[in-house]
Amino acid sequence: MNFKNRDVISIHDFSKQELLHILKIAKLMEKSSKPDLLKDKILSTLFFEPSTRTRLSFISAMEQLNGKVMGFANTAITSVKKGESLWDTIKMAEAYSDVIAIRHPLEGAARLAAEASSKPVINAGDGANQHPTQTMLDLYTIQKVKGKLDGLNIGFLGDLKYGRTVHSLTIALSHFNPNFYFIAPPALQMPQTYLDDLKEKKIKFTLESNLLKVSKKLDILYDTRIQKERFPDPVEYEKYKGVYKLDTGLLPHIKKDLKIMHPLPRVGEIDPSLDETEHAVYFEQAANGIPVRKALLALVLGKIK
Amino acid sequence: MKKELSVSAIKEGSVIDHIPGNAAFKVVDILDLKGLRGIISVATNLTSKSTGKKGIIKISGKDLTKEEVDKIALIAPNATVNIIKNYDVKEKIKVAIPSTIKKIVKCSNPNCVTNNEKVMTKFYVLSKDPLKVRCHYCERIMDKEDISLL
Repeated sequence: MNFKNRDVISIHDFSKQELLHILKIAKLMEKSSKPDLLKDKILSTLFFEPSTRTRLSFISAMEQLNGKVMGFANTAITSVKKGESLWDTIKMAEAYSDVIAIRHPLEGAARLAAEASSKPVINAGDGANQHPTQTMLDLYTIQKVKGKLDGLNIGFLGDLKYGRTVHSLTIALSHFNPNFYFIAPPALQMPQTYLDDLKEKKIKFTLESNLLKVSKKLDILYDTRIQKERFPDPVEYEKYKGVYKLDTGLLPHIKKDLKIMHPLPRVGEIDPSLDETEHAVYFEQAANGIPVRKALLALVLGKIK
Repeated sequence: MKKELSVSAIKEGSVIDHIPGNAAFKVVDILDLKGLRGIISVATNLTSKSTGKKGIIKISGKDLTKEEVDKIALIAPNATVNIIKNYDVKEKIKVAIPSTIKKIVKCSNPNCVTNNEKVMTKFYVLSKDPLKVRCHYCERIMDKEDISLL
């Protein structure tokens, strides 16, 4: 399988076999250190929007493979402030580096960046659209904690309307015969286009607003923050923030081997009292960003097949 | 009073017939006909037996290609194009919605990069009837009701 110079823009662009291959390489990266694999290669991290995990894990992944990193985490100090277009900004990064990771508030920005650049572009999140590397590390996490991806009962909780991680993970998991439970207030449920897609693929799903009605069935509970920055109307956000809060009160209502995931940051929706339980895998999930991003960097730079 | 045809025949060129309602001027824009040197006749509000009112455009000296014809599919889905040679119809082309639509349609997502940077829009046609398209950039799916022209 050849990923050299391939852009990583949307989870739609990857087949089941390709996703499994990326996970296989991530596992290899976790097992063996390969300290000079990306020596003499430069990553541009172009972050037009805030990030902690994604940006730091891209930097760490690159540096652990002895690659170098440049870029920005804030456009205030760049020529974007002078009105430079996204296209021109990417052309500069193309000239100065070997691979680009971009996070941008506009949907489709990463796709445009990939068209501007002959160097590979990795989408680190484009508005409410895609965050494919998050999806890949989510899959990697599920595979690690459950030993498999096939035939699982997966609950998605919280902001399913604007949650790009939920949208992407639903698409990716569709390859693996899942049974989905979408748990959200009606106003924040999964958009109809995704549900139509699942119906077409004959994948089972249930819509529910009460977590406790379905919690005992779940193998994985993927929780999400109600995202203030995606709500067009701040008044609506105030209505829904804090609608679900997971704490130890949940424990009698779940399977012993249920794993709770969250893409983070959490802002009150998971109480820290759950952190030390065997159910909580969200920090391990975040840490899995390193082997997965190492795998992607190595694959698109053609240093591993 | 003698009744006459509103638009006379052309010797060589293309005739677009069965353009609905007032869409004729939009067809002129989409096909960029203003830049052509030959005679172009545009007629609207002609009586149509099947649809009530229609428009016709006659373009002298230019044979439209299938690719150009399909560009007008969204606003004139039932249009027909006749390629004329020596006053005779040499070829008939039926308009069909192409698999990819470029430049003509606006993305309905205000947060799409195409509505914020200088980018030509591009959509993939997922279904022709009912019409459903997906934005190449933001991946949003639009129904016929959401589709508006640039």
